[in-house]
Parts: sequence; structure tokens; C-alpha cells
Amino acid sequence: MTTTTHEDHNEDHHDHDHKPQGFLNRWVFSTNHKDIGTLYLVFALLMFFIGGAMAMIIRAELFMPGMQLVQPEFFNQMTTVHALVMVFGAVMPAFVGFANWMIPLMIGAPDMALPRMNNWSFWILPFAFTMLVSTLFMDGGAPAGGWTLYPPLVLQTGDSFIFAMFAIHMLGISSIMGAINVIATILNMRAPGMSLLRMPLFVWTWLITAFLLIAVMPVLAGAVTMLITDRFFLTSFFNAAGGGDPVLFQHIFWFFGHPEVYIMILPAFGIISEIIPTFARKPLFGYTSMVYASASIAFLSFIVWAHHMFTVGMPLGAEIYFMFATMMISIPTGVKVFNWIATMWRGSMTFETPMLFALGFVVLFTIGGFSGLMLAIVPADFQYHDTYFVVAHFHYVLVTGSVFALMAGTYYWLPKWTGHMYNERLGKWHFWLSVVFVNVLFFPQHYLGLAGMPRRIPDYSPQFADFNMLSSIGGFAFGLTQLMFVYIVWKCVRGGEPATARVWEGARGLEWTVPSPAPFHTFETPPEIDDSMVAHGEHM
Amino acid sequence: MSVADQQADQHADRKKTQKKANLRTLRRLILISIGMFGFGFAMWPLYEIFCDVTGFGGRGVQEVTTEEIQHYDDQREITMRFDATVNSGLNWQFEAIDKAQTVQLGKLTVASYTSINMSDEPVIGHAVFNVAPPEASLYFVKTECFCFTEQLLLVGEQRDMPVTYYISPDLPADIESITLSYTFFKNIPATLAYNKTAKKEINNQPNPNNITTNDTRARGE
Repeated sequence: MTTTTHEDHNEDHHDHDHKPQGFLNRWVFSTNHKDIGTLYLVFALLMFFIGGAMAMIIRAELFMPGMQLVQPEFFNQMTTVHALVMVFGAVMPAFVGFANWMIPLMIGAPDMALPRMNNWSFWILPFAFTMLVSTLFMDGGAPAGGWTLYPPLVLQTGDSFIFAMFAIHMLGISSIMGAINVIATILNMRAPGMSLLRMPLFVWTWLITAFLLIAVMPVLAGAVTMLITDRFFLTSFFNAAGGGDPVLFQHIFWFFGHPEVYIMILPAFGIISEIIPTFARKPLFGYTSMVYASASIAFLSFIVWAHHMFTVGMPLGAEIYFMFATMMISIPTGVKVFNWIATMWRGSMTFETPMLFALGFVVLFTIGGFSGLMLAIVPADFQYHDTYFVVAHFHYVLVTGSVFALMAGTYYWLPKWTGHMYNERLGKWHFWLSVVFVNVLFFPQHYLGLAGMPRRIPDYSPQFADFNMLSSIGGFAFGLTQLMFVYIVWKCVRGGEPATARVWEGARGLEWTVPSPAPFHTFETPPEIDDSMVAHGEHM
Repeated sequence: MSVADQQADQHADRKKTQKKANLRTLRRLILISIGMFGFGFAMWPLYEIFCDVTGFGGRGVQEVTTEEIQHYDDQREITMRFDATVNSGLNWQFEAIDKAQTVQLGKLTVASYTSINMSDEPVIGHAVFNVAPPEASLYFVKTECFCFTEQLLLVGEQRDMPVTYYISPDLPADIESITLSYTFFKNIPATLAYNKTAKKEINNQPNPNNITTNDTRARGE
């Protein structure tokens, strides 16, 4: 694309750039995809620190054996609420924020398909989380039975039970509305020439993620509704005394829960698939296979749920089936990892902060994938189940997976959002400190788990002391390092070297054809797409 | 019409069709969401079917009357183990008197449990059972069990609770031992109702013989 068209765009938008005036009109009543995206991202960052503070309490208590700082009940509330806040408050809204900002820009749409609903789906969240976090201050405290909400334990929660359940219902509604919006936008709003198989991979992974959300969030809502009726209306879905079965809850929960973990990683795959080609200065290797691999992962996620519950007792045939079905997921995931590596092969690579985080993602997510394979092995899982090995596994895929991808994506698109370059030197410091300390934090937990330390217990026997102290030191340092991230983003919003429209030398895709910062309204008239503007995919 | 006007017209048309398409997509996706909410609940009957077919959760156990008992002549013997658990909401002692038995397939056998009410009020309990390995429950036949009915124990009352059962000779050869496990729960509504009426009766005409349970035979002991 030539410079002249950039200027055309500029002129085009000068007339349209009417931002609503006043805080209320601009943010609370906003229907603009960019502003709502910003709201989602800021909210997610806030939740990341609230959930992070809880993680710090957990690591502080586990710094030494014996009970040091908090009551065991409070410790259990911390593990439960930390998980709920991080999953539903930080990671999921952050990805929805990216979707809001980037999907219309990437497919040449003027906005999301259903802007009013978009506003709703965001503004439910602050209320839901106020309710959820307020349970910490209620009689009997917040839910403490783990984020998986297993009955009968969760039914013994105090007054806060119903508040937590309603909060989860609201989060579910918000997610479903967000997903509907994403699907409608991608299916109906693409600019002419942006065929499905020319869409950026981030858009593809989000389309698949949105279908997963539509399919499983209502199932979680059903499970939560059954918990509520069991507690208040004397039904016995999960009550063994009344002829129900608590194991049924685990089946329903994990039918939601396993696709949920892919909801949190597929958009991350998308972000990484945008970043690596940019900094390797080569088109993505195996674009079509990436699309099919994402779809296969999504399909497989529906038929493997019981690997989370091997130890409840199930027929041998079922255990063998769920074991092999789970292992099969490593095939499409492997396709992705190999494609990323092949993209970098003989590329002209540079290592700006987004690329560093993307590379960190590829290496560390793969470690998390391998520990997942170990957990899939039924006889081994009986040993690993409910130990710190599981904690190490899902933090590798969620922190060095999803969260690293979110950081990478933020650094990658921040100049487009703000119009300024962030401080590259600080960004690199942020990466290196994060990558070192996140491993100090989570790697020892593998050993703790293999040695038999159970999760969700505030005390442990002395042989686990050294690795726990190491892990806690890593935790505190990783937590502090993230303050750098806030500082870097804040500085970049406030000012910095002006960013060009393309920002990165190797960047391809429609979002780089609009000026930086992206004007309030973009693609009011659909862009005319030519090959040079498409990041990857089929050529015309 | 100028080129600009034509473009503006096309643009407006495009917007209109897009809006229609968006609303159609919205409607369809909302329907799918509602359908999946229903599917969450459908997992309950589906799970019941799964349990019935596989015998999971002790669901394969057949309950027959004494007239329906079939007589077999099979020499194969297996080990039966008996397990007893009390839910934390119930202050009873509950144990298996026979911890293990060697039984001949097809032969009617009695195993006994015993329970004592340790609480300071009469309590109605209800036992729930399970069988391991799960598929063995398909070959497990009971003619009499204390779990068929509610069990009332007065304060300090002790009672032996028998289970009469046999194992069908169709039991797969690889199953060499079966565990039968009971968990006693407090039947809270029944206990509340019983204590309410009992109080009334004591006030009017103290006569403990009026207290009836389904299990009169055991109470007679």
C-alpha cells in the first residue's frame, strides 16, 4: 500500500472522528468497538492485579511450612477466588478486548455487528465481579471449595453461595453475548474480497473460540442452576442422599471446562500466529493447516472432558478412550508449533518485545503441553491427580501460554492503539524478568507435585520446604515485574515516539493500513483489498 | 446520478443487508445458546441411561422378591467385601458385621450390618449403596435390604441390618471379588416430621407403639 492511500484515509476520517464528549457518553454508553475494547483490556488488567494479589497471599502462606499468615479457610477462599478472577475476569475479558479492537480492523468492518449488545456484554462484567469479590467480606467468607465448584463441598458455602453463583451466571451471559457479536461480525461484516480463507489467523481462532463459548457457557449455566436448586429448592441432582450423584456434576462441569481451556488458548494461538510472521519477515507457514488444526482442537475439546476426573472411578474402557482421545489433541497442537517454527526457519528475525514474548510462549507453552500429555496417561494421572504437578501444568499453559500471548499482543498492537511507540528497552526488561521469574515460580512446582505435595492445602510437610520457598520468591518477583507492564503501557498511552501506520517493518494485514493511533471510525466505507494488504491466506 | 451518489447508494444497500444478516445470526445463536442450556439439563437423564447400561453407581443391582429367586447350581466362588460409611450429618455408628464372605455364585447369602443411634433424638436414616467394580452390579441380585426402606432408630437404639443377596452365575470370569458399600444419610425431612408428630403424641397419649416404620420386622428384635 502506498503512502497516498494513507493520506486518503486520514482525510477520510478527519470528518468522521466525532468522539462522544464527556466520560458518561464516551465510555459508559459507548458502542464503539475500539472504546469497548479498551474498556475490556483495562478491566482485565485490573482483574489481573486483583487475582495476582490473591496469588501473592497464597505464595506468602506457602513460603514456609506451618501456618504463618492466614487461616486455612481464608487460604481456600484465596485459591478459589484467585482462579475465578483470573479465568473469568482477566484472561477471558482480555481476549474479548483484543477481539473488539482488532477483528473489525482486521476484516475491514466499520464496527462490531451488534454495537449496543457489545456495550451490554462489557458493562455486566464490573457488576458481576463486584458481586464475586464482595463475597470475601460476607459471613462465612467467599466460596472455598475450588473454582470447579464441586458439590457437595460447594453447597456448604455460607451466605456468599448465591452471590457467587449469580456472578457466574452474569459472566456466562456476558461471554455468550460477546461470542454472538464476534460470530456475527466475522460472518457478516467482512469487507468485499476478505474471504474466509484470507482472514488473519487471529480472526479465525476467535471465530472458533466464539463457537466454543456459545456451546459450553450455557452448559455451565445449567450446572450452576442445578447447584442453586439443590441448595435452595431441595432437588437432588448432585445429592447422593436423594438419589443424585455428585459425579454427574463433574461430568457437566468438565464438559464445559475442557472447551473452556481452549477458549483461553485458541485466541492466544491466533495472536502468536500474527506476531511470528511479522518479526520473521515471512508469511505464516501452513496457513490452511493452522485453520484446520484450530478447528480440530476445538472439536476434540468436546470429547475428552473426563480426563479431568480419572480418579472418580470409571469403567476401564472409558479411561482408555479418554486417555487416547486426549493424547490425540497433541497432533493438531503439534502442527501449530511446527508451523511457527517453520515460519521462523530462515526468516530475517528481529527480537522486539512482542517477538520475545511470542518466542517465550512457543517454548513454555510447549512445556505445559508436555506435562499435559503426562497427565493424560491414566496410570500416571492417579499419582499426579490433585498435586502441585497439575498446578504447574495449567500455570504453564495459562500464564506462560495465554498471559504471555496477551502481553505479546499488547506490545504488538499498542502503537496502533495509542499512536506511540512503547519504551523498547523497558519492554525487553519486562520480558526477561518475567520469563526468568515465571520459571522460578512454576518449574519447582513440577517437582513438588511429583513428590506428592497436594494442591489447595495451606500447610505442607517439611520435605517440600525448599522448592516452595523458591517458588514463592519467583512468585513475588514475577508479581512485581508485572508492575513494569502497567508503567510501560501508561507511558505509551501518555506519549512517546510517534508510531507509523505500519509500525513494524514486516507487518501485514488491514489493521496496518489505517493510521496510528487508529481513528475513532475506520473502514466506514469498505476498503478495497489487494494481495499486499492480506497478512496470509489464499491469494486472489 | 453521479458516481459518488451511486457509491453512497451501494453503501446504504450494503448496510441494510448487513443489518438483516446480523439480526438473523443473532437469532440463530441465541437459539443455540438456549438449546445448549437445555443440553446441560439433558445430561442428567443421559447420565441415568449411562448408569443403567453400565451398572455404574450400583445401578445394575436387581431387587427381587423371594418368589422370583432363581435357583442355580454353580461351583464358582468369589470374595464379597462389605464396606460401611456414615455421612457426617448423621450421628450413628454403622459397621459391617461381616467384613468379607466367600460365596458361591447363585447361592442366596445373608450379610449383616449393625448401627447404633448415638445422637440425643430419634433419627430416620436412609442408606445408599454402590458396587465395585461397577459392571459387577449388573449381576448382583438383592432380595432383602435395609436400604429398601427408611430406618428409624430411637435414642441409643441398636439394630442389626441384614442384606440378602446372590450373585448371578453370569458374572464375567475376570471378576474375582466384589465390594458392596453403603453410606447412611440422615433423612432430614422425615426425621423432622417424625419428631414433630412424636412430640404431639407424647403430649396427648404417650404410647411408643404407635410409632411405625416400614421395617417393623427389624424393630421387633
